Amino acid sequence: MSAAPVKLPPLVEPASELTVDEVRRYSRHLIIPDVAMDGQKRLKNARVLCVGAGGLGSPALMYLAAAGVGTLGVIEFDTVDESNLQRQIIHGQSDIGRSKAQSARDSVREINPYVNVVLHEERLDSENVMEIFSQYDLIVDGTDNFATRYLVNDACVLLNKPYVWGSIYRFDGQAAVFWSEHGPCYRCLYPEPPPPGMVPSCAEGGVLGVLCGSIGAIQVTEAIKLLTGIGEPLVGRLMIYDALEMTYRTVKVRKDPECAVCGKNPTVTELIDYEAFCGAVSEEAIEAARDSTITPATLKQWIDAGENIQIIDVREPAEYQIVSIPGATLIPKNEFIMGDALSKLPQDKRVVLHCKSGVRSAEVLALVKAAGFSDAVHVGSGIVGWVNQIEPHKPIY
Amino acid sequence: MTATRVQVVVNGQPESFPADTTLGALISRLRPSRTGIAVAVGDDVVPRAEWDDRPLRHGDQIEILTAVQGG
Ligand SMILES: [Zn+2]
Repeated sequence: MSAAPVKLPPLVEPASELTVDEVRRYSRHLIIPDVAMDGQKRLKNARVLCVGAGGLGSPALMYLAAAGVGTLGVIEFDTVDESNLQRQIIHGQSDIGRSKAQSARDSVREINPYVNVVLHEERLDSENVMEIFSQYDLIVDGTDNFATRYLVNDACVLLNKPYVWGSIYRFDGQAAVFWSEHGPCYRCLYPEPPPPGMVPSCAEGGVLGVLCGSIGAIQVTEAIKLLTGIGEPLVGRLMIYDALEMTYRTVKVRKDPECAVCGKNPTVTELIDYEAFCGAVSEEAIEAARDSTITPATLKQWIDAGENIQIIDVREPAEYQIVSIPGATLIPKNEFIMGDALSKLPQDKRVVLHCKSGVRSAEVLALVKAAGFSDAVHVGSGIVGWVNQIEPHKPIY
Repeated sequence: MTATRVQVVVNGQPESFPADTTLGALISRLRPSRTGIAVAVGDDVVPRAEWDDRPLRHGDQIEILTAVQGG
């Protein structure tokens, strides 16, 4: 019953030669019979695009560079923030505030000056993705949101490019190679993203920094195998890593005949609106927040004026420990979704909700208003806005 | 009357369901939504289109995987 191991030809033709300097540099590859001169020349000729120079992109770019991938593309529009440095090891202290793309380029050049780095300092979207991807042999995904992941998947299916995928959360990681010509795509595994607000991002839920190395290293390993045609690629399999249990296991993933983009009767035949498809905030939350969103300055006025309000912080206890608004009561969002948090709300005070940046509090606001607390409001910019505007001496995270 | 129930393991926890329960019905009972998850039985992910046609079998090792977005 079990399918024969997938064996694929090398993705890239070998470069004509390696220089004497390159032979010295790559000697530990060259003496591995499976890589040897032929494989290293293929790496030299390879063009790999890394989407994002963040958690996964950092180790991926560094090892791809060290391995001698000839052309490395980087798509990144963000700048380096202090809170990135716990895991985004391609950037350093002196890079805070700089363009991540430029910081990554400088690190790559320091690791391996023979790599040609191409920067795409823009946000990847349906308008530019086809033109950018068409310049590369293989796409390594290090993005941090569902919308971009579905965009990357669909573009890879339409262009028939291998998509080396990885994702991480807290102590858990997943990785796979999606390549619709030879196996399933991302939508065959996850046809649609979870409902808005159900699955926290790393910014909301945290991530163990070193997890980026664990999963990024798997992605680079798979990229090198595909480029040089060695081993058994992670096509048709999902790697599941649990850092706390310290287990790696793979499960088989089949092509889904009903897949919207690579199935027998695809409904997605061109790129769609991925922000709408993944909707960061639910319809109910958007509706609830309309006319019921206040600024940190308004909240400060209400506190100073002694208004009859109760501030409810819907973040997690670990976040509350880092920083909180004076007088706020902690009731995590999940207690509103799963539990009896509504009974803890005061009937005789106006409820003011807040979270980190306004997404979770908008979701809770919809529930609270539906339960009859019609004058409830939320702080649109969350505690990040509060700290920036009202208590700048406090930390943000 | 154990014959009318089927014993399975879901994410490491033993669970018992009526014998005619499908994988799709199990997921509807345990999760608020069918989106953003993948389901493996043993070493194989079952495509979502097959969930409602796949009856639970005694001893199935079921793992509900959650899509995560972090990178
Ligand atoms: Zn597919």
